[in-house]
Amino acid sequence: MAENNRAVLKLKEKFTASIIDVVEFRGEVTVTVAKESIIEVLSFLKQALNYNLLTDLTAVDYLGKKEERFMMVYQLYSIPNKDRLRIKTPVAESECRIPTATQVWKTANWLEREVFDLFGITFDGHPDLRRILMSDDWVGHPLRKDYPLQGPDREPYKGRLS
Amino acid sequence: MATTETMTLNMGPQHPSTHGVLRLVLELDGEVIVKVTPHIGFLHRGVEKLSEHRTYHQILPLTDRLDYLAPMSNNLGYILTVEKLIAVEVPERAETIRIIMAELTRLESHLVWIACHALDIGAMTVFIYAFRERETVMEIYELISGARMTSNFFRVGGLSQDVPDEFVKKVSDFIDVMPGYLDQYEGLLTTNPIWLKRTVGNGVISAEDAIDIGLTGPALRGSGVDWDLRRDNPYSGYDKYQFKVPVGENCDTFDRYKVRLVEMREACKIVRQGLDRLKPGPVLADCPQVCYPPKESVYNSIEGLIHHFKIASEGFAAPEGEVYHGVEAPKGELGFYIVSDGGNKPERLRIRPPSFVNLQAIEQMSLGSMIADLVAVIGTLDIVLGEIDR
Repeated sequence: MAENNRAVLKLKEKFTASIIDVVEFRGEVTVTVAKESIIEVLSFLKQALNYNLLTDLTAVDYLGKKEERFMMVYQLYSIPNKDRLRIKTPVAESECRIPTATQVWKTANWLEREVFDLFGITFDGHPDLRRILMSDDWVGHPLRKDYPLQGPDREPYKGRLS
Repeated sequence: MATTETMTLNMGPQHPSTHGVLRLVLELDGEVIVKVTPHIGFLHRGVEKLSEHRTYHQILPLTDRLDYLAPMSNNLGYILTVEKLIAVEVPERAETIRIIMAELTRLESHLVWIACHALDIGAMTVFIYAFRERETVMEIYELISGARMTSNFFRVGGLSQDVPDEFVKKVSDFIDVMPGYLDQYEGLLTTNPIWLKRTVGNGVISAEDAIDIGLTGPALRGSGVDWDLRRDNPYSGYDKYQFKVPVGENCDTFDRYKVRLVEMREACKIVRQGLDRLKPGPVLADCPQVCYPPKESVYNSIEGLIHHFKIASEGFAAPEGEVYHGVEAPKGELGFYIVSDGGNKPERLRIRPPSFVNLQAIEQMSLGSMIADLVAVIGTLDIVLGEIDR
């Protein structure tokens, strides 16, 4: 169960105030923490609990479905202990920025650039925050829910005709 | 007083040794690399955005086109994630065929790697040989799925169809001769003085740095980290198979070369074990809400036709929740992260491509070496731009 997960026990002990939610679904544990303490939590998990590999870093756009529009998602893996942990943190549209995780893992560099490019979330303290997949002069952030599938200035997608 | 200036050189996006449309801007001091700035995104097709507008069955063909040199591995990663989300049990025969195909795909991908890597460094014969063997794997692909590359063969809950009778013999014959071919490649390369000069001590990255920058797969194992998802977090029944996980010592291009060669030999052994386990049985789960009906019923009964139409047009609803599943693809950890809001389309589908993360290490691995060594580093990272740009 999620309550007995080694990381959840330690996190509850150390970051009681910042933990918003702990969920287990299909054997995967997800911990949602407040944005203010995200870097502290990630550094703690890396240093004290051996989550040494940042497998993935991405964002989800919950436009109109949640109070805070974006959710940052960090997928962690511990090579010595062979287990996974997912850390999430909400990011509001009005303050669309979050501290960078590049000083914790170098992997975060390109992954954060991708989130910046496709979601428009700014990473404070990132060493090289530029677009990565789209061209430098691109307008808009394609993975946002209000960005049309066909691209800007085109007739909206009406589903397949056949 | 004389001054020295660095020179900026553009390499790609149309360059034979960048393996696709990768553009590198190099800053050079003479011929020594001072800075590498990769520019990617030339092949961006918006697969993640497209996936938000397609049902779970309709996303599958898009995954073929990520790492187009290993389509079945992508299919497997995606299918397993969806199956985890909706909690479907897959019949044993389907699982076994999936493993056989995933390992043949590993062979195929590594054959292209050894071919192109050797060609980049100047050993042309290996290229011709390896592509000859790859052709056999593509014939097996064609035999079972009708397509040589974009297979689209797996389905949520099993396989699209059972394999034909010739399958076992064809795969078995290939696995019998493949180790001999691997000896040939090794004979051409492993003790070849030119190959050794070009690969030993090239692209060194320590285990700590490799983990920090997120390398996975053979690139990480070449740096001495003993970690393989197939063994450590087994999926799709890999725990029933015996295989060795090769690990390098010197963290250089030569060790990554040796690791991949051993992986190819182990892949042959896994396929052999898979063939031995192959028993007759169903290849699709008994789960009509999710799976397509058999073709005979679609063509011969109105109920079957309606069933097929409903699955094809509306798909199936997945429970609300989020799952991540990583598989050991030939190039590293390929992960899919699906957020479902309870509908028939994913709210968000994130693909964690191994090549994207591995490519990030290129600057660290090539600083201070010559341009020609950078070509060897690109080869050893084994990148495919289709999954980097998505």
